[in-house]
Amino acid sequence: MKFVDEYRDQEKAEQIAQAIARITTRQWSIMEVCGGQTHSIVKYGIDELLPKQISLLHGPGCPVCVTPLEIVDKALQIAARPEVIFCSFGDMLRVPGSGGDLFSVKAKGGDVRIVYSPLDALKLARENPQRQVVFFAVGFETTAPANAMVVFQAQQQKVANFSVLVSHVLVPPAIAAILSAPDNRTQGFLAAGHVCTVMGFEEYFQLAEKFHVPIVVTGFEPLDILQGILMCVGQLEAGRAQVENQYARSVQRQGNRPAQALMSKVFRIVPRKWRGVGEIPASGYGLSDEFSAYDAELRFGVAGHHVDEDSECISGQVLRGVKKPQECPAFGVRCSPERPLGATMVSSEGACAAYYQYRRRQPDQNG
Amino acid sequence: MAPPNSDFTTSCPISITSHDFVTLAHGGGGRMMHNLLERVVIPAFGNQPLESRHDGAVLTVGKARLAFTTDSYVVHPLFFPGGDIGTLAVTGTVNDLAMCGARPLGLSAAFILEEGLPMATLEKVVASMARTAKAAKVGIVTGDTKVVDRGKGDGLFINTAGVGVIEHGLVIAPTSVRAGDAILLSGDVGRHGVAIMAVREGLQFETTIETDCAPLAEPVLALLAAGIEVHCLRDLTRGGLATTLIEIAESSRLHIDVGEREIPVEENVCGACEILGLDPLYLANEGRFVAFVPSGQADKAVAILQSHAVSSRALRIGTVGERPDKLVTLLSRIGTRRMLDMHSGEQLPRIC
Amino acid sequence: MCLAVPGKILSITGSDTSRMGQVSFGGVGKEACLAFVPEAKVGDYVLVHAGFAISIVDEAEAAQTLEYFRQIGELGKLEDKQ
Repeated sequence: MKFVDEYRDQEKAEQIAQAIARITTRQWSIMEVCGGQTHSIVKYGIDELLPKQISLLHGPGCPVCVTPLEIVDKALQIAARPEVIFCSFGDMLRVPGSGGDLFSVKAKGGDVRIVYSPLDALKLARENPQRQVVFFAVGFETTAPANAMVVFQAQQQKVANFSVLVSHVLVPPAIAAILSAPDNRTQGFLAAGHVCTVMGFEEYFQLAEKFHVPIVVTGFEPLDILQGILMCVGQLEAGRAQVENQYARSVQRQGNRPAQALMSKVFRIVPRKWRGVGEIPASGYGLSDEFSAYDAELRFGVAGHHVDEDSECISGQVLRGVKKPQECPAFGVRCSPERPLGATMVSSEGACAAYYQYRRRQPDQNG
Repeated sequence: MAPPNSDFTTSCPISITSHDFVTLAHGGGGRMMHNLLERVVIPAFGNQPLESRHDGAVLTVGKARLAFTTDSYVVHPLFFPGGDIGTLAVTGTVNDLAMCGARPLGLSAAFILEEGLPMATLEKVVASMARTAKAAKVGIVTGDTKVVDRGKGDGLFINTAGVGVIEHGLVIAPTSVRAGDAILLSGDVGRHGVAIMAVREGLQFETTIETDCAPLAEPVLALLAAGIEVHCLRDLTRGGLATTLIEIAESSRLHIDVGEREIPVEENVCGACEILGLDPLYLANEGRFVAFVPSGQADKAVAILQSHAVSSRALRIGTVGERPDKLVTLLSRIGTRRMLDMHSGEQLPRIC
Repeated sequence: MCLAVPGKILSITGSDTSRMGQVSFGGVGKEACLAFVPEAKVGDYVLVHAGFAISIVDEAEAAQTLEYFRQIGELGKLEDKQ
């Protein structure tokens, strides 16, 4: 596939890795804030290619995993209603709420459907006028344009039986929260390339300056990630803290203007709770007043419901044998170099399950 | 390692693995289905053929050995590009017999029909079954038909059972796998899974990807007839190549090494997988199998497989290792290694 | 959120917020909304996420990136010789 295969070349991967090794003189901890990048790093074993001094940390980059418990519970409540067709991206189906997940709601008779695009949910609403179709609008800024468009089109086409349960989160406030924590170990960031495709990277200059960290906007293929790391280490070794763009084939400084225009019409910035982190001000999107008629929380009367976040790690309940929260690889703030996995357990669950079940045994390095 | 950060508590949304109700994930061919079998089913029935955990049971009748297997077909939609539930129902069971190295003798077919199913649908499915059985050189010799109330079935469910005769002296099972064995794959992977998902989830592609559903008895019997010392065979159904290799590694208690570069995937299957975020190694197939043979016979075995249409792209994809750690390692296309583990349920399209 | 895949636009219909394209991903065709890439034309490659094109692949930049990889490789070979 064009613009994909070229970025998965073994020889070039090794060369970039060697280039990183040549310039690395000390320990560096670099965080990526995107589940897709974590997935790629695990799938291609990129950490194996890096010199031992480079530690890859995995940030709260999977919107699936940071979706607050109370939103998941609202989703489960709404999906259980007989008149509702509840549509969601596949990622969310197995995320546990306080009692069960969307799969178990389906098992008990709820009409839960996976969609590839929010437009598929709107189509279902038009085709099923006697049912209420609800779309679970989860994601970072990458997915916000799609979700904004579907609400905009619903209003234009006057599809009254459609609504969205919104749980959008924003990356820059999360980075700021991570960097502000007293025990922060992150020295450099790989910014999420598709988030920046939509938003541009203007917002990152002040972060780089305030916290003195290099931020490199990075793509998702193995060569992209390796080049992003090379650029980041280059800055760290030189004591620089600038914003650079590795993913220039997709990302422009100002981002996607038409997308941003629609998003600012349909959404407004709100505080959001991040699962396992707590509330971060101005870190999410909610529907603007003009579109509040499409807000599922209001339509189904579940707004204002609060769940106290269980401070005990849920993995303790489900996985007997994981002893302490600090051994949980979620969120990367605590992850150790020899256990680099992060928060994408649900969406790239195969990799994470392997690490848990086999207690992170590494396969033999010999050829 | 830095001390734990007390400002962040983790509340990790790892999937639930223990349920009071059966969920769809239990049928997905992944870890949840395996746990269901291991905890609920196998201990209740407990017997040696079952515990060998192979595709079919081998039963001895005097001096003869028979292979016996069964499968139920609940696929939805009933019709998909390149096949239907009837094609699957015959092929699947014929293939399970083939994986024991058995020549199919006869199949049974039990239908559970939902009230209101159009007769024309049933006729089409039955015609498919007849056609597929003829091509596989086996008869559907007995069966049963039941009708359930409207709403209690997905239109049509089929169970087929099969009996085959074993005309070789080998024990073809994971327990026969040995360190150093060559692992052969009969062709490209992922087609059936994409074909089904495309139609089922309404994820239509404008280019039709067809199932790879096909009977596998011929190439297998050819291997046996040529004297290849086949240690293990398994067809890749739900859960895909990765799950099959993991099952065999666990049952044989050995290590398996395979190379990503060796595993063929059609370009349009790649494209579909990229869009949906799926891993072709975990997608269902209905006309592909792996064979474990002694390393010295690998080249001969591959040549025999390649001379049959259904396995014309057969090749060696890996080797059984020495370490008895029951793990599967994949050498990625960029030269790094990772461990493969089962998914908890069926793979779902993702956007993250 | 992350999964965006490059595909080639084969045809375009509609306009403004209903602008849709038939996009080919390695031979597999799928429809995508082109409302956010108004300058995209037939033959362009776009990155598609959840059924929406979010950017046009800048082929010049892509070539530049690959060229940069090639240079890293060359530099490596020089360093090895020393």
